[in-house]
Amino acid sequence: MSYQLETAAHPESLRRVAIDPVSRVEGHGKVTLLLDEQNKVHQVRLHIVEFRGFEKFIQGRPYWEVPVMVQRLCGICPVSHHLAAAKALDQVVGARQLTPAAEKLRRLMHYGQMLQSHALHFFHLCSPDLLFGFDSEVTRRNIVGVAREHPEIAKRGVLLRKFGQEVIRVTSGKRVHGTGAVPGGVNKALTVAERDELLRDIYQIIAWSRDAVHLIQKVHMQDPGLYNSFGIFRSNFMSLVGHNGDLDFYHGTLRARDDNGKAIFDGVDYCQYERYIEEEVKPWSYMKFPYFRALGKEHGWYKVGPLARVQNCDQIPTPFAERERKEFVDYAGGSPLHAPLAYHWTRMIEMLHAAETIKDLLHDDDLLADNLLVEGERAFEGVGVIEAPRGTLFHHYRVDENDLVTMANLIVSTTNNNQAMNEAIRHVARRYLHGREITEGLLNHIEVAIRAFDPCLSCATHALGKMPLEVELIDAAGERLHALARG
Amino acid sequence: MPAKHPGDLAGDGAPVVVFCIGNPSRGDDALGPHIHGQLENWLKSAGLDATVELIEDFQLQIEHALDLAGRQLAIFVDAGVETPAPVVFRRLAASTVATHSTHALPPESVLQVALQMGMPLPPAYVLCVRGESFALGEPLSPAARTSAAMAMQLLKNVLEAPESAGHLAAGG
Repeated sequence: MSYQLETAAHPESLRRVAIDPVSRVEGHGKVTLLLDEQNKVHQVRLHIVEFRGFEKFIQGRPYWEVPVMVQRLCGICPVSHHLAAAKALDQVVGARQLTPAAEKLRRLMHYGQMLQSHALHFFHLCSPDLLFGFDSEVTRRNIVGVAREHPEIAKRGVLLRKFGQEVIRVTSGKRVHGTGAVPGGVNKALTVAERDELLRDIYQIIAWSRDAVHLIQKVHMQDPGLYNSFGIFRSNFMSLVGHNGDLDFYHGTLRARDDNGKAIFDGVDYCQYERYIEEEVKPWSYMKFPYFRALGKEHGWYKVGPLARVQNCDQIPTPFAERERKEFVDYAGGSPLHAPLAYHWTRMIEMLHAAETIKDLLHDDDLLADNLLVEGERAFEGVGVIEAPRGTLFHHYRVDENDLVTMANLIVSTTNNNQAMNEAIRHVARRYLHGREITEGLLNHIEVAIRAFDPCLSCATHALGKMPLEVELIDAAGERLHALARG
Repeated sequence: MPAKHPGDLAGDGAPVVVFCIGNPSRGDDALGPHIHGQLENWLKSAGLDATVELIEDFQLQIEHALDLAGRQLAIFVDAGVETPAPVVFRRLAASTVATHSTHALPPESVLQVALQMGMPLPPAYVLCVRGESFALGEPLSPAARTSAAMAMQLLKNVLEAPESAGHLAAGG
């Protein structure tokens, strides 16, 4: 848990390499490396665009608009923001306990989101790296390269994602910008016809999800030297856990463990998150660095997401995924596995769990009930926490007597992983780039480490021609020696 | 529209599909959603809502390849940066466009994915509308509104007579 390579001793005498923006992650990111004349690495930093502008954007709006507005944070995980905001505002309308139908419809929506997001990430963001290797030419590493050389895998990725989006569509009312969750419950029931359409496909989806777990397990086990060490760093980890320590993406209490798996805190009501988590500001990044107050800035940072969740829970409450979790834990040898590339394996275990949970929910008649809303004593503050595809997501709002939002605080999954991602790329830079001539293949090693975390860098505008990738080498005098651009 | 069965790539939608892409909260990136709203109203008034399906999304993704199944014409409407004219309408060919991102696929790659999945491709066009500013929370810029009106006029011509798309495209 060191800060080595965060700040160089004499940056003015070093050469700068910038990767801007990081390829194949949502939104904009930038990596800068400071190298000396022998290409030895002295400083590595990942800079990411923050969501603070959006928090200001939310302030002053009526609270009931917020669950819809926050979907515009990201085109890949809008449902996570939608539900985290709705959970926070449940407290504002006094809805302490949702109706069974409302909670299960929200769960169905969320597990559909997890399924489609994990499928997109694995099959289309990372499988090119995993199937073709980290040094393959850029055009073959992209999604279309996978489709050409592995048509069945690409097709399954498309159809898994499509199914998850259909789950979202029937529960939120629309394919995008849905309005399913509202403070106090949901505004749309599921029809028998909609349920039956999803039931028709779910067993195929489960089968493909199982295959995906076995595929990544095989890839991981074929090269343990690489997969167990690439970008590795040790850290604390945190997630929500549900009833009895179950893996639960929608609701639970906060649990954190140290790098050896020993509990730091457990059973924490997430409304009290500010007592346990603080965010550090660093002058070189717009994104904050959260840490556990009890351990301080240097030792209190942590990772979130699939690798944390699967190792933080006591069990997974669906049989196929639980079997896969046990295999993963056995492989890890009884102590936490910290290798970033193990995110892929655990992400597929979670996708399988999401598919199984969707199946269980579709067989639950509560889903078809029409008692969808509750309310109670009005409050002026609410905190909603959810396990989004990329990790723990916090939404915190204060509302005035005119129903307008006066304060919004979001800690998004990628912010929770900020220090962890920086540590991963520093390890990769030390291991692969230190003292070597920088090539595109080597720079892609940095990006492979980042993509393992599936960072969401805010859904920057995607307009045609808007997102070039630039790599710049700048000498100590600030003169540009070499540049690459595409996109 | 009901969910398609996994592996079922047969189309069951309208003969024409128009994808309108963009984030409504990011300045001129809202051009796609803005045009979507205008088209929706116009299609109803023109009695064309049964023959044209509109799809609005934040960005193109690989699953949009499935929305090409069974179509006779596909149009992708999106904001552009440094677009050489306020509105550019051109024919698309499937291709593996060198890209660093799968966050948003270019329309050519959506066609390519459809080809890889064994789907026949409809004639496809992109309507790129020039944007000026993409800041969070900003409304459409005045220039973008003007360009959107031009784009709407072009789209009306195409959708009233889809066989004319080739003539209206750049170089057509």
